[in-house]
Amino acid sequence: MKKKKTGGLPLSRRVARRVEELKPSGIRRFFDLVVGRDDVISLGVGEPDFPVPWRIREEMIYSLEKGYTSYTSNIGLPELREGIAEYYTRFGVTAMPEQIIVTAGVSEGVDLAIRTLIEPGDAALIPEPCYVSYKPLVEICGGEAITIPTVPDFKLNYDMLMEYKEANAKILVLNYPANPTGVSYSKKELEEIADAVNELDLIVLSDEIYAELTYTGRHVSLAALNGMEDKVVVFNGFSKAFSMTGLRVGYVIAPPDIFAGMLKIHQYCMLCAPITGQIGAIEALKSLDEVDRMRAEYMRRRNFVVKRLSEIFEIKKPEGAFYAFPKISSTGMSSEEFAEGLLMKKNVAVVPGNAFGECGEGYIRLAYAVKFDKLKEAMDRIKEFVEEYGKS
Amino acid sequence: MESVELEVLRLLEENARMKDEEIAEVLAIPVDRVREIIKKFKDDGVILKYKTIVDWEKVQEDFVYALINVKVSLTREKGYDDIAKRIAKFSEVHAVRLVSGEYDFQVVVKGKSLKDIAFFVAEKISTIPEVRDTFTHFVLRTYKEEGVNLFEEEEDRRLAFVP
Repeated sequence: MKKKKTGGLPLSRRVARRVEELKPSGIRRFFDLVVGRDDVISLGVGEPDFPVPWRIREEMIYSLEKGYTSYTSNIGLPELREGIAEYYTRFGVTAMPEQIIVTAGVSEGVDLAIRTLIEPGDAALIPEPCYVSYKPLVEICGGEAITIPTVPDFKLNYDMLMEYKEANAKILVLNYPANPTGVSYSKKELEEIADAVNELDLIVLSDEIYAELTYTGRHVSLAALNGMEDKVVVFNGFSKAFSMTGLRVGYVIAPPDIFAGMLKIHQYCMLCAPITGQIGAIEALKSLDEVDRMRAEYMRRRNFVVKRLSEIFEIKKPEGAFYAFPKISSTGMSSEEFAEGLLMKKNVAVVPGNAFGECGEGYIRLAYAVKFDKLKEAMDRIKEFVEEYGKS
Repeated sequence: MESVELEVLRLLEENARMKDEEIAEVLAIPVDRVREIIKKFKDDGVILKYKTIVDWEKVQEDFVYALINVKVSLTREKGYDDIAKRIAKFSEVHAVRLVSGEYDFQVVVKGKSLKDIAFFVAEKISTIPEVRDTFTHFVLRTYKEEGVNLFEEEEDRRLAFVP
């Protein structure tokens, strides 16, 4: 019999401790529950239901026919970076193409930035509930993730940040419009945050992947504010606005020193973002009408979902993204009990709020990235579920 | 952002059976306002009719469509509008458009058979004094109608849970 190689360590010790100590994603368990069930309406999907606009797909198909299958420059195709620089002026940011790295989605970008900035012992401020990756990425670098609970408004402000003065944190991770809560910030609110950022001397990782899906006017980037350009790393991409999730194209706009650090890691770990996606992204920037069409449809769904949910739950009206985050604790159930019960009894999949941080307990996240008919049916089923199983 | 009036039109254009209450919900306006907007559009002749897009091939209802390109000669007395109206009034005629290019009108004719349409064109369209020439193209298959693809849409391949 062949002997298993363990590198001289017992099997249980092969995986690095800092990896072993990471908590697995809270959503995992629900994958197993949903397997084999028919007629499930999933509001658990954090990606658009619209297909990639056909003109973008055509460009990608054509590029494959022409043989565009090689690596690109580490930082990405020049035409794409120029396009991004011009495009980002709509959010108030004047960036040079030389400041932009095209990444394999925002996920890679955030990882690069955290690895570039965090040394063991450095602290990162992370408002919760928030997207699932920020905290583990900080911890994997030996950093300390200090979560700031933002319930019930889900918004960070000057005073809240200043309470963490003693933490001596190095970075703040901000995501707006936010997954899972849908909240966003006006220019005025961002100015307040910028004041605290200055006083605490923070570097901000500004995850703006849902920027195009803002329903309260045009998104403003934190990097657009006076004096912020040197303190903010902007992340965005093509996944949400153009439905290009699986094509993995994101980008970062970073101050020169941080840019240089991130590029080093990027060239070793990723080399470049997939070329097909990059070519699609160039076409996407010429297809902004498609985004307007999709945004309008998301906004209608948002209005509908908020109206229906507010008849049952306490809910804050989302300002962007495609998520609603109602408070379900009035049913007497925990987030996980609710999500599991709703799936088992009514075949509607949602994500328990505590998957996005402890303070998300008592909430659920619903993604309204599904066709209107299904959304209607799902709302009816949720209502039935609460009437039948909720505490009256 | 578009005005709420235009948004109502867009929703109805997409789905004529959408209920007033649903329109109110998705636009976050009172249902009375929706009714008022629709009434005004009907009164003003903006909303003309509610129709259904049918894939007739699926029910073996054999209609034949043809695109007839029509060249006309204008006279002092008879302009495009006059000729177009004359063509449009036939119940067999589905659509009439004035177009640029080689010919003047594109006429869509609906009939029970190829012969049916051929005779209609020969007897009713070609005989109009101002009509100089007609070119008939029979429709063999329709792939997209009124912005709706008449073929199977792609399936949803997303995972049930994505953080």
